[in-house]
Amino acid sequence: MRATRLGLTFRRGRRLLPIVALVLLIGLFAGCGAPQSTTEIAGDYNDAVWGPYRMVLILAGVVFVVVLVLTLGFSIWFRERPGRVAQQIHGNTRLEVIWTLIPVAIVAMIAIPTFDALFKISDDPPADALKIEAIGHQWWFEFRYLDDNGETILTTANELHLPEGRAAAVALRTEDVIHSFWVPAIAGKVDMVPGHDNNITFTPTKARPEPYLGQCAELCGLSHANMRFRVFVHAPDDFDSWLEDQQQEAATPTGDLAAQGEEIFLQSACIGCHTVRGTSAQGVIGPDLTHVGSRTTIASGVLENNAANLERWIHNSVDVKPGSKMPPQGASAGGALTDDQIEAISAYLLSLR
Amino acid sequence: MATVAGTLARPANVGVWSWVTTVDHKRIGVLYGITAFSFLLWGGVQALLIRTQLAVPNGTVIDAERFNQLFTMHALTMIFLAVMPLGAAFFNFLTPLMIGARDVAFPRLNALSYWVYLGGGLLLTSSFFWDAPSAGWFNYTPLSNETYTADMGIDFYVVGLLILGTSSLMAALNFCVTIINMRAPGLTMMRLPVFVWMTLIISFLLVLALPPLTVGLIQLLFDRNWETNFFVAEQGGDPILWQHLFWVFGHPEVYILILPAMGIVSEVLPVFSRKPLFGYPAVVFAGVAIAFLGWAVWAHHMFTTGMGTVPRTVFAANTMVIAVPTGIKIFNWIGTLYGGSIRFNTAMLFSVAFIVTFTIGGISGVMHASPPVDSQHQDSYFVVAHIHYVLFGGAVMGIFSGIYYWFPKMTGRFLGEGLGKMHFWLMFIGLNMTFFPMHFLGLAGMPRRIYTYDQGLDWGFWNMFATIGSFVIGISIIVFVWNFFRSMQQPKTAPDNPWDAATLEWATSSPPPEHDFDVVPTVRARDPLWHDRDHNIERPEPTGEHIHMPPPSYYPILMASGVLLMGLGPLSHLALTALGAVVVVYSIWGWALEPTD
Amino acid sequence: MAHAATGHAPAHHPTNTGTDNRKLLMWFFLGSECLFFGSLIATYLIFKGDSIVGPFPHPHGDEHGILDIPLTSTSTFVLLMSSVTMVLAVYGAQHNLPKMMKLSLLATVLLGIGFLGFQVYEFRHFAHEGLTLSTNIFGATFYVMTGFHGTHVAVGVLYLSSLLLGSFRRSGLGPETGFHVETAGLYWHFVDIVWIVIFTVVYLIPD
Repeated sequence: MRATRLGLTFRRGRRLLPIVALVLLIGLFAGCGAPQSTTEIAGDYNDAVWGPYRMVLILAGVVFVVVLVLTLGFSIWFRERPGRVAQQIHGNTRLEVIWTLIPVAIVAMIAIPTFDALFKISDDPPADALKIEAIGHQWWFEFRYLDDNGETILTTANELHLPEGRAAAVALRTEDVIHSFWVPAIAGKVDMVPGHDNNITFTPTKARPEPYLGQCAELCGLSHANMRFRVFVHAPDDFDSWLEDQQQEAATPTGDLAAQGEEIFLQSACIGCHTVRGTSAQGVIGPDLTHVGSRTTIASGVLENNAANLERWIHNSVDVKPGSKMPPQGASAGGALTDDQIEAISAYLLSLR
Repeated sequence: MATVAGTLARPANVGVWSWVTTVDHKRIGVLYGITAFSFLLWGGVQALLIRTQLAVPNGTVIDAERFNQLFTMHALTMIFLAVMPLGAAFFNFLTPLMIGARDVAFPRLNALSYWVYLGGGLLLTSSFFWDAPSAGWFNYTPLSNETYTADMGIDFYVVGLLILGTSSLMAALNFCVTIINMRAPGLTMMRLPVFVWMTLIISFLLVLALPPLTVGLIQLLFDRNWETNFFVAEQGGDPILWQHLFWVFGHPEVYILILPAMGIVSEVLPVFSRKPLFGYPAVVFAGVAIAFLGWAVWAHHMFTTGMGTVPRTVFAANTMVIAVPTGIKIFNWIGTLYGGSIRFNTAMLFSVAFIVTFTIGGISGVMHASPPVDSQHQDSYFVVAHIHYVLFGGAVMGIFSGIYYWFPKMTGRFLGEGLGKMHFWLMFIGLNMTFFPMHFLGLAGMPRRIYTYDQGLDWGFWNMFATIGSFVIGISIIVFVWNFFRSMQQPKTAPDNPWDAATLEWATSSPPPEHDFDVVPTVRARDPLWHDRDHNIERPEPTGEHIHMPPPSYYPILMASGVLLMGLGPLSHLALTALGAVVVVYSIWGWALEPTD
Repeated sequence: MAHAATGHAPAHHPTNTGTDNRKLLMWFFLGSECLFFGSLIATYLIFKGDSIVGPFPHPHGDEHGILDIPLTSTSTFVLLMSSVTMVLAVYGAQHNLPKMMKLSLLATVLLGIGFLGFQVYEFRHFAHEGLTLSTNIFGATFYVMTGFHGTHVAVGVLYLSSLLLGSFRRSGLGPETGFHVETAGLYWHFVDIVWIVIFTVVYLIPD
């Protein structure tokens, strides 16, 4: 009686199997199409890693199916039935040896391509690599482009622009706690650790207008979730012209509101933390704003860059990003700026293209 | 009862005080079980809050600060206050019974372990009234330094874990000695039940793994409170040192969590397949090998910290090698099913499901043993899926199997099979609904420990799916609790050996008398009760001889309160530490002079 | 509740290994302690010579080293001698020579206190020279490591003192005296050996 009921359960289970398999497949494909997909990689990293990755995925699937089929199969086949007597088997040395050797073989099949890939991605950067310093801050990324002597030629924030097909050698530093630099669709992650000169080298292989999304991957405090960044990959010529534009000093505002905004900006607390090259604002605590108007997002990838969001951010950044180190500026949030002043400042910032 | 000058009067052996002063391993096991299960419920509530916040993009149920506290405390609660002590509940209750002893080697030390655990657990949990720890359960420096987390949460973490570590260390020492020294006549090491073997291995791991964590915690305590610079890079320290000390403990800790479940499954599968465990020596040596290799893999948690290529290669190789003994265990369990006559009651369902769900966690473990793959998986939801398949699909499933299996021995009553099966299926479905999609989320690039995520990243669907699954788990737990209370109202009808099991704990009444066995059993084979059954050997009659049992004592709980006071010092005023030290010294004095016969 | 109505020492159940449970407990505990001191010593070694500002332990550029090696060699000798007297105490306890046991225990306690005295003097001297927990990484690693060792010596002194006091009670330590003193001896020798490692690592090996 009991056995029959259980049998029913298992038969129901068998009907469920194809559905489960379908769900798994849908899930895997969902993983592939996602903007931060770790399996569709547009970088040289892909060539090195996809081999072992695919090997690992396939073997994992095979082992799982074998274990599942055996467990389920034996459970059904050897379930209690009238007249069945359990065979008193204590073990079988030959089987033990076999199922010791099988995992050994599987592990070897994973290990060999793994070590090969590991040494490939750990190679020293090529001499012509683009040298960049990425600095983690609570909670934003600072990017410095360096010349061959290691001197900074451009400082920007939260949006990293790279040329297609050229290696980027990124030195990973941090200003405070441990962060992790991760652009899943281009390369794996490496941590930014105080006192350690970490670095990562990768070559983006596909220029495209929409950005590759990145995100800090090591818990770094309150707004860890809000520490995002974007990577734009350009054709080499486009990159060169971008770099040239960005190296210019800040544009002089043209509109009335923007000009008024500049005046307020330069007299306010803003300049204590922010730099706008070509003005008296030379603070180094917050992001460089010289070309902030050209960025697609503010608040390290959290908000789209437009007037309304800038005003919201300046008014009270903590409201957008818990724990933000930028004190609230709006008068109603305890700051010194009126709504009109904030509107002017945001117009000024947007003009800094 | 005799009163010795300078010591407290003997406690009475009735009512609440009999539980407070008990040194009986079975009662201590029950105390561990109830306390740990309460913490499990609390940790589950935390998990549901976390899942609720993450159900939809840009969720607004819980703010960032509370969220960071919740995932930190969820891990600490589940690992240190629920799963480890649930393992302890089993090995307290069962080890002496399974080795044919009347109690553990040091009954009062055993009670002390429990009370210190309770104190540490309450202290850690009470942090929610002030500041809960918020830097993750591995609490990386420098985020956990005073500069970046000034609130008291991290101090609660440090003090709580120091106290809980003390408790675990004492328990582990006790069980090492008990198992090595107090086995019944004829019970050689290679006849030891696999569960007892796993207990012994865990005890060794704890004895050796806790000190590095203790040293790390002490250094962090000094960094935060007395201005040392162990983890401050600018002053010559190194935050990576914390990671090494933590993971030298942390990786063996994973085995400390999973090995009790492996032991339970190795007891349950043979009994309900009605045949001996397949390849007993292989299962035992695989357990030993896992524990041994577990010492040489800790840095695989640190592949992305900028380690050199060579250390990464070595640690990756060691990690992959662990797959071999783990595979041996899994195949032997499957071999145990082969040729059996399998009774599928709830305990067996949990054990069979364990094989499958644990395998998923094991396989994903091998996947990110590969450093290039790990550079994508590390700190993503793929790892969250992995640890939950090991700890929930593994440890928790095993523990529930054990609860259903040994419930008659512990209480004299059976848990209801109908509700039990409902509990099982809901939990099995819920666990796979919750944790399997996390693989997809990880592959889609979702980092762990984020309190919010944006729309347009394709993470919404599977997060919602996982959240629904987590509530299914919640319902399954309610079914279990209902089953428990319903069963406790039934009369005690369980016979000595209701499952026709083979190990010694079934050779005494259900529940067992205080002295465990009327006559200490003699063991003649690896599955002693089956051997005696097949050879028509009757259990010897009680001789009526007077059986000496250790009397109850006030000192364990007194000393535990002293330890708690010492821990409260760094959180309030160091005078409390001094007061606690006085209480501890007084307790040791009284303890030493207290007659134990 | 069953009570044996016997007045003598706790009944000894035969153990599987033949070693008393309590002695086995001490061995496992010392195994754990190995990892504890191992972690502290490893930390010291990792940071050895990494201090950014002085005072430095060994001569560093123009600055003199803060360690007084002859002085600490003396205190090391004192601690080593206490291990000798500990061996004599165990011998006395096991061979029913109560006077020898008591005198040797007393000597061990006094030598232990002497070692602690040296350590207090050394800590005060270093503090006077400007080395505190927060001065540099040497201060942090040195004080925490040797401080925990000193605490272990102090616990050992209390442990042995309690045995010494117990041996003066009329009932004495009973038939188990030898056992108790031997177990305490295990602890004492361990603490002594740890010091030899610390002494070598900190004082004898230059940065």
